[in-house]
Amino acid sequence: MTRFLIRRLLRAVLTILIVVVAAFVALRTTSDPAMVILGPDAPPDALAAFRKAWGLDQPLVIQFASYAWQILHGEFGKSMLDGADVLQKVTARVGVTLEIMVPALILGVVFGVALGTLAALNRGRWLDRLMMFGAVAGFSVPGFVLGLVLVLIFAVNLHWLPSGGNDSWTSALLPVFTLAVGWAAILARFTRSAMIEVLDQPYIRTGSAKGLLWHEVVLRHALPNASIPVVTMVGFMVGGLLAGAVVTESVFSWPGLGQLIVTSVTSRDVSVVQCVLVLVATTMVVSNMLVDLLYTWLDPRMKEAQA
Amino acid sequence: MSADVTLSLPERRRLRLPAMPASIAAASLWILLMVAVALCAHWLQPYTITQMDLSARLQPPVLFGGAWAHPLGTDQLGRDVLSRLIVSIRVSLTLAFCATLLGVAFGALMGLAAAHFRGPVEQVVLVLIDVQAALPFIILALSALAFFGNSWTLLVFLLAFYGWERHARVVRGLAMAANGQGYMMAVRQLGAGPGRLYARHLLPNIAATLVVSATLAFPEVILAASGLSFLGLGIQPPNTSLGNMVGYGRSYLSTAPWVLLAPAVVIVLTTLSISLLGDWLRDQLDTSGR
Repeated sequence: MTRFLIRRLLRAVLTILIVVVAAFVALRTTSDPAMVILGPDAPPDALAAFRKAWGLDQPLVIQFASYAWQILHGEFGKSMLDGADVLQKVTARVGVTLEIMVPALILGVVFGVALGTLAALNRGRWLDRLMMFGAVAGFSVPGFVLGLVLVLIFAVNLHWLPSGGNDSWTSALLPVFTLAVGWAAILARFTRSAMIEVLDQPYIRTGSAKGLLWHEVVLRHALPNASIPVVTMVGFMVGGLLAGAVVTESVFSWPGLGQLIVTSVTSRDVSVVQCVLVLVATTMVVSNMLVDLLYTWLDPRMKEAQA
Repeated sequence: MSADVTLSLPERRRLRLPAMPASIAAASLWILLMVAVALCAHWLQPYTITQMDLSARLQPPVLFGGAWAHPLGTDQLGRDVLSRLIVSIRVSLTLAFCATLLGVAFGALMGLAAAHFRGPVEQVVLVLIDVQAALPFIILALSALAFFGNSWTLLVFLLAFYGWERHARVVRGLAMAANGQGYMMAVRQLGAGPGRLYARHLLPNIAATLVVSATLAFPEVILAASGLSFLGLGIQPPNTSLGNMVGYGRSYLSTAPWVLLAPAVVIVLTTLSISLLGDWLRDQLDTSGR
């Protein structure tokens, strides 16, 4: 188990390292931030001064060394665009993004697991077919289409809800619903197949044969076992929370991390883009690793397989 | 008698065509229609996609009081929505098709390499898979498109990266399982090189799974591509794509919703149809494997 843990940890660190290096090299070599931010008509001495101020005139290796040194001290530098502290800028947006992502994920998990279980218990009947068709439809509809249709109905035609921004709690309703539909659809399918697999196991038959009530069999024996792959899936979703709302945020003009990414990418604010990439990759890697560990904890059979 | 039985067994299996539910038949029909539209876009489009008619801007579709000259209405520059839709279907489907094919090929190659060489090569592939899984596609694509500039080639390659790691995982698992099986060992003992071994013997055996894996990835690639276009980072004007049409149609949401709804309906129906077909194919594969 310790060996597995160490190996998993090493791989996680290596992954983050590769992302940091690749992002740094790619962003520094493909465009000249001085030219983009000051404009092509800027006088040469202004360009030179800008490059000197940001250390862009140094060799790439030196630039990377000082950048890595800063990161290790928790410093992500200042925005090349307005000089604001990058980390503050980014973390402020993270909170705004989580305001819609967390409720959406909770809704998605609750509805997805409930509907998936219901479908599995009614396997092959019309309820199952209807719900699975709904699930496929749910993730076949792109978020921006669903979002815009919701805006068309509830904001443009009915005037019930605002079409965008985050002025009041009502403006969160449409984006939360849009995001939740996709997750619920994925989880419903996932839960259904996990449940069906478990319901086919001999111990379920034993449970009902020895006279347990059916809801006891389902709640005490089937669901806990079926939850293992579902928990894994939810773990991956948690890892993607920060970056998952780029399109949805754009549809509803929600001023979260996704909007920050789009604006800083188009304005070539390299330090912000770098910080976001590192942050997103780190959360993703850490949560993927936690999922792996959670998996072995939930399913002791995995531990034996690795030992 | 016994000869009779052995003869009739494979025959019965060949004749047992899986019954296709109505939903799958409808989905297949829709996909065929889309493919036909994509192939014949040149002859089908009533106008060119850049032809403007400024006197007929934002005209509604036929059923909502428009004229037959523009069955699906016109957009803010008086361009025919139907023509743009037809060309968009061609562009979006071609893009998604090329990207999926490339993604499957690349993923399969990586998976095979990992399963064949094991050791360090496998570790490198696994780390690459980790890196891919750590960077959400949309972030990667946004950064790459903004900093490298936008081109058709880059777009195809970026979208090919979407999902390659899943194909790689699938192929690696299948290849490792197959390597332990009798037929692969037998062919290897007979002296076949890796090229012959994998191309002639392994590939036919895993092709079905790979096709299903590709079919399930295809709608996701369409969605990813249209999402990028929606953000203005995919196909660039004057060319058009489904996501593009939704993206600019958004500004006319309250005055001319048809500009946005026509491509939106096509995206939804196409991804839904391919997903349904992919699921059904996978189920067929599962039961025939048992």
